[in-house]
Amino acid sequence: MIIDHPMLGPRDASEFTYLGDASLIDRPDWQADDAAEAFYEYGYLRDNPAGEHQELWYHEAGDRSWLVVTRNTLTHEISKVELARDVARARGRSK
Amino acid sequence: MHDLVAITALGGTEPRMDTVAGVTCSEVPDVALASVAARMGQENNVIKALEALIETPVPDVGQSAGAVICAFWAGPDQWMIEAPQDSHEGIATQVKSAVGNAASVTEQTDGWTRFDLSGPNLTAVLELLSSLDLRKATTGSVTRSSIHHIGCFVLFRTPELFSIYGPRSSAGSLHHAILTAMRSAL
Repeated sequence: MIIDHPMLGPRDASEFTYLGDASLIDRPDWQADDAAEAFYEYGYLRDNPAGEHQELWYHEAGDRSWLVVTRNTLTHEISKVELARDVARARGRSK
Repeated sequence: MHDLVAITALGGTEPRMDTVAGVTCSEVPDVALASVAARMGQENNVIKALEALIETPVPDVGQSAGAVICAFWAGPDQWMIEAPQDSHEGIATQVKSAVGNAASVTEQTDGWTRFDLSGPNLTAVLELLSSLDLRKATTGSVTRSSIHHIGCFVLFRTPELFSIYGPRSSAGSLHHAILTAMRSAL
């Protein structure tokens, strides 16, 4: 499998490690009243779509950037690769 | 008073040199390194400060630039700065005073070891060592990849001179991998 890194171009998947669902970017507010419930859902509950899935990959043996890869779980086709920081900032996160 | 003897990453008192079919792999201990990571919102200030330091525009993605003090791209808004150890032992302090609070600077000198490959047919050696797309390797380009599961920077200085930076603690394994590839490919 080859991942088309947004800055470096196509790189072999052996350079990357997989973390999981990109919803991990949306870490709940630990000071909210429902923080315990929110962290339970954040830590344990995942969607399991048959189709497009956004996931976090780490370019460990490369430039060590975190990426959000949109991959079809049925065909393994990768339709989009973004820097995770750009995705996080677009969602209003400060870092 | 201690009487300490300086040794290289491979444990010798002199840098190791090996030649196979006209290609030389040499250990290069005379390097001072520091990493620079721009802090959020300060990217342009860091670029300006680094330009003044290396006296040339800051290298773009996958590139290197500079003469005595050289910078190479390490990641988004991150660079490694390399300079001769003899004249720039305090490179991290020098870089920190250049960038101030706009970036985080970390001394890297003892974390890495450098091997220079020089001679003809270097791509034949690197083809065996890594999965890099060597058609993209042009003079001045830099890339990080794994060589025998060791994360390394590869700097293409000229078509007949490549530098490989690997973790110092894996110097022996990396040297073994390079020599094995040289003996197989050349």
